Amino acid sequence: MAKADGPHREARADGGLRVVGRSLPKVDAIAKVTGRTRFADDLFLPRMLHCKLLRSTSPHAEIRAIDVSRARSMAGVAAVLVGRDLPIPYGILPVSQDEHALCLDKVRFIGDPVAAVAAVDEETAEQACRAIEVEYAELDPVASIEDALDAEDPRIHLYGDGHNVHKAVALEFGDVDAALAEADLVLEDTFFYEGNTHLPMEQHAALAEWRPDGKLTLWSSTQTPHYVHRALARVLEVPAARIRVIATPNGGGFGGKSDPFNHEIVVAELSRRTGRPVKICLTREEVFYCHRGRHPVLMWVKTGFRKDGSITGMHFRSYLDGGAYGSYGVASTYYTGALQTVTYPVPAYRFEGLRAFTNKPPCGPKRGHGTPQPRFALEAHVDKAAERLGLDPAEMRLANLVAAGSVTANYIKVGSMGLGACIDKVVAASRWRERRGKLPAGRGLGLACGSYLSGAGLPIYWNAMPHSGVQLKLDRGGGVTVFCGSTDIGQGSDSILAYIVAEVLGVDPLEIDVVTADTTLTPVDLGSYSSRVTLMSGNAALQAAERARELLVEALSAAWKVPANRIALADGRALDVEDPERSIPFADAVVIAEARFGTVGTVGSYTPPSSPGRYKGAGVGPSPAYSYSAAVVEVTVDAETGETRVEEVWIAHDIGRAINPVVAIGQVEGSVYMGLGEALMEEMTYRGNRNVVHRHPSLLEYKSPTTHEMCPIHTFLIEDPDPNGPFGAKEVGQGPLLPIPPAVVNAIHNAVGVRIDEVPVTPQKVLAALKRKAKGEEAREGPVDVPEFPWPEPVRVPPPWAGGDGRATDDPRHIGAGGVRGGVPGGVPA
Amino acid sequence: MRAFAPDQPVQLRLSVNGELRVVSAPLHHTLLEVLREELGLTGTKHGCELGECGTCTVLVDGRPVLSCLAIPAALEGREIRTIEGLESPRGLHPLQQAFAELGAAQCGYCTPGFLLAASALLEETPDPAREEIVDALGGNLCRCTGYLKIYEAVELAAARLRDPAAAPAGETLYGEG
Repeated sequence: MAKADGPHREARADGGLRVVGRSLPKVDAIAKVTGRTRFADDLFLPRMLHCKLLRSTSPHAEIRAIDVSRARSMAGVAAVLVGRDLPIPYGILPVSQDEHALCLDKVRFIGDPVAAVAAVDEETAEQACRAIEVEYAELDPVASIEDALDAEDPRIHLYGDGHNVHKAVALEFGDVDAALAEADLVLEDTFFYEGNTHLPMEQHAALAEWRPDGKLTLWSSTQTPHYVHRALARVLEVPAARIRVIATPNGGGFGGKSDPFNHEIVVAELSRRTGRPVKICLTREEVFYCHRGRHPVLMWVKTGFRKDGSITGMHFRSYLDGGAYGSYGVASTYYTGALQTVTYPVPAYRFEGLRAFTNKPPCGPKRGHGTPQPRFALEAHVDKAAERLGLDPAEMRLANLVAAGSVTANYIKVGSMGLGACIDKVVAASRWRERRGKLPAGRGLGLACGSYLSGAGLPIYWNAMPHSGVQLKLDRGGGVTVFCGSTDIGQGSDSILAYIVAEVLGVDPLEIDVVTADTTLTPVDLGSYSSRVTLMSGNAALQAAERARELLVEALSAAWKVPANRIALADGRALDVEDPERSIPFADAVVIAEARFGTVGTVGSYTPPSSPGRYKGAGVGPSPAYSYSAAVVEVTVDAETGETRVEEVWIAHDIGRAINPVVAIGQVEGSVYMGLGEALMEEMTYRGNRNVVHRHPSLLEYKSPTTHEMCPIHTFLIEDPDPNGPFGAKEVGQGPLLPIPPAVVNAIHNAVGVRIDEVPVTPQKVLAALKRKAKGEEAREGPVDVPEFPWPEPVRVPPPWAGGDGRATDDPRHIGAGGVRGGVPGGVPA
Repeated sequence: MRAFAPDQPVQLRLSVNGELRVVSAPLHHTLLEVLREELGLTGTKHGCELGECGTCTVLVDGRPVLSCLAIPAALEGREIRTIEGLESPRGLHPLQQAFAELGAAQCGYCTPGFLLAASALLEETPDPAREEIVDALGGNLCRCTGYLKIYEAVELAAARLRDPAAAPAGETLYGEG
């Protein structure tokens, strides 16, 4: 659209780029603004049945008996399933295959599904569910991390690293005790980050059609069709080649649609049994029970600082409340310790983390996966250190930045690093230096930073194949179709494919068709998680497009009898740059290539570079590139009510290059919004009576920001192309959330002098801290200690500057090349 | 437990997007269900079916209504407009155009509800202040955008209704500084 030529167009479109760097409408924008986009629940097939799940009313119980006979005999009911009909376990991680499509012999949280009905309509299915009788033998529920560490309580699962401990890890890089002894200031803090949920506006839905030829198609609102494909093949015991999974456009995901879900498997089995299509759309309450959201994390950190604010060493502990199943939890646990080292140098680092099983809906990956909690702790901790050292928090950070191209103590290889530019930008724009400390009472400014992956360096299941693949088809009519397994969840990944191919082939992106997220039609892309899609599918698309370009150029070079370097593709035409009169439409160029080579198609794929870490646990944290963000938040705190109002946010994000700036800004603004929700109001909590009943599984009572709670956001994109990104692009979908919660609490401290060491920051917490401050007590609110736990002996890895080679040295299991595969996700052999 | 007996459907005469549609549905089925399941108008989405999120907003006689709480039998003789009726044969509504250009639709799921609520606002208030937009859209939840691109798109559409040549601000498309 013509209006895309904004005032910054000239500056942005450097390097002769014609598409990349322009703020174009997304390729699916018109479908979305006209209601034409077909989400999963918008699909209807002839003879379609409707599915409902019967969910557990007990948080923890053995199933003594299930009587489905009345349900099964009801008119309109086509099939009823119970746990033993689908006995094979599954789970997203190879090390945590602990879920069943329907509970086998035990329920583990209120909402765990125990039976399923397919009927002619939803109301009949619901009535049939009510006619199912389940006899439970109640077990004591495990309601908290503290409960989980108490060996008196019954075990939720019979695997893991301890009683109700799913995973316990310990890593040490260098001599942390010696490093702390060298410090001018040793600061110790405890923090708590409450759990919260994704709350996508679209409720999960899935439609299965098992045809008489023995082939299954599943349409589902999933971010990870490839992993759903694998789970279906496993649980249904059908060759994967007979299963087709189509991810419908997701009506929001944020990580909440990244696991294979019980309802997806159930509708597939119901379709097999009934010979009819079966659809399910979860209710909003059920979406809360699917969860897989932000882990509640209790954290303890002890850091040594020198007078100039540099860090000598850090010891970090995290305790994750995992809920009832494994999900991504092993990775989540490592992620709470992985990225502390990528912003400010940490010469010696020790991390201990555990994930507890509790009788709650399972936690998993939400925007930032396992990193917003420790980032909150670290940035608030650094703010306190600056105060104690008498340093400006912005200057202290600017003086202590990880260098571009360096390798951290835990063997994370940082590529481009624009955090300094981000801090400079938000400090200048917010007039931090001029205004901080001079604002009226109750008003304050806070600053925080963050960093995030541009895609996990390793796949979820161990394999040596590419993480993303693209096939390109060039039509003799001039059409170009991109096939890729990537899944558009609203972030614009379909559009990114079109822009990159359009850039290379010199055509209009609107003339490119994009076919994505279909396991039969498209090559595998691992999914929309870990902010991997622009970098990985973008690189795959770039390779496929460059190969197609080479074919066209070679064919034209032969036809025109000119050297290949004289041929250019631009503005929908092919031309000889030394004889511009010789110029033909793109379609004619494809005809010449097809005549010479046959059907014109190319492939491209992308595998991340290997990481220097070779120790057990090194699989979580590596990425081809890291984004950086800095934010300044301005708040007003009402000392009477304790209410915090965010007035304005300035945020700068180091994106490498914005393939489409307006789409990138949308990701930044959406991340800031979600970060503010987590900072101030969102919490997934349970009644305190040990019945573990969700407090508010509804959109009304689960508080999320409305238009009235949003403030102006000033977004700055910092573009310093990263060598690993397509056209230099890094991620933008998750990283900008990270600085927001800590910037809010730092601003509250600046406003009223109290430290709120846990989120969400409710008015009650602020009032409690203000009350303590008035009494002359410690002016803070937050956890005071962490539970005792017998941590395992750490995996000891000397940092690079201590002569380390990325391998652990003092554990005999880990000595020697090839003794351990650093490349296993979560560090656990698959 | 009673035996299976589907509730007796009733005949409904509804004016939807300017067309008279005659459908049969059980009396207690909501307008949301009838639009999506009987009329195939799946552009109307749902986020809670409890009147909490605004996703299913449609217009009844030009006013925003939550279709998940509306009973169709009460709406006979009223003019119902859904997202499918916002565009015209001449093209997109300026709001649709602006939402597309500014990335105000990310996942697009809440978008129909926002567009209809915003179109009702612009009918009454052709040049709304930012606070009026915030108020008018306060009942619609969006989890993707943080609302800002939506406000800017409403403002752009309002500007274009006055002057078709109106263009978005540079910082809207390319960020600040």
